[in-house]
Amino acid sequence: MIIRILGDGQFRLDDNLVDRVNKIDNKIVKHVSQGNKEEYARDLANLISTIKELAEPLDPVEILPSDIIIPQSDMSFEEARKVFCDEGLIKG
Amino acid sequence: MGFLDRMSTVVQAKMNKIMDKIEDPRETLDVSYEKQLQLLQNVKRGVAEVTTSKKRLELQKAKLQMGLDKLDGQAKEALQAGREDLARKALENKASLQAQSATLDQQIADLQDQQQKLMDAESRLAVKVESFRTKKETIKAQYSAADAQVKITESVTGISEEMADVGMAVQRAEEKTENMKARSAALDELLESGTLTDYSGSDDLDRELAKVKAQSSVNDMLAKMKEEIKK
Repeated sequence: MIIRILGDGQFRLDDNLVDRVNKIDNKIVKHVSQGNKEEYARDLANLISTIKELAEPLDPVEILPSDIIIPQSDMSFEEARKVFCDEGLIKG
Repeated sequence: MGFLDRMSTVVQAKMNKIMDKIEDPRETLDVSYEKQLQLLQNVKRGVAEVTTSKKRLELQKAKLQMGLDKLDGQAKEALQAGREDLARKALENKASLQAQSATLDQQIADLQDQQQKLMDAESRLAVKVESFRTKKETIKAQYSAADAQVKITESVTGISEEMADVGMAVQRAEEKTENMKARSAALDELLESGTLTDYSGSDDLDRELAKVKAQSSVNDMLAKMKEEIKK
């Protein structure tokens, strides 16, 4: 699977890693919907560092669309909330 | 994938803005390439802007450091003259300057990070643009092949995603430098007016200290004269 971290380029992930990423992603969704700012920031950092450490960076020569896109590491809680609100996931 | 799905939607929206609908798919390749070159220029400009902002903050940091050193010296002088009240004042001012200085350090580190990221993005994009250019010529040459359309879509989608990403990074960097410009202009004003480094309010530290020093030299001279008269 090809994953993009916004601002950090693309990486290639195997299925195991995709599972791990998926689990952290679910936690982030929970944090955003419950308004846990600190946990959100911690798990977003965790998500990004897990990928950077364990996944293989894609050679920039390759031009491929990503399967998954991850926000940039400095995406604030408010911005994350907006991403959901705009799509109508969270009311208010 | 809750959050990540959402992010893909956001990026997809930006990509759709980048990709125009053009009748001839081969033309799509050329138009996309033109846009890539433009974006590369934008990234370069973004890097230059962040660099300038960082230099400006570093200059302010140096000015603040001078202010800190000065206040330190003043506190010592005041203590030597037995004026603990003045020394306290100088140190209080120093503490507030130190807070400003720590904020500046943080902002400089932030810009440094931003600069590095943009530079990395620039070199990734440059490689991709070159790769795209080669690919586009190959696709055009074998356009009659049945899979040309698929290849075009794949390349254009792939590069558009990169462009959306880099475009957002440049935008973020611009917003950050804009914010910092405003804050650093405010700090510049404070530094220029001397409010931060030189606390020349009603009871100017410098003037007070000068008075204290003059007083003590008058005392010295008096003592000397008294000694001489005694002789």
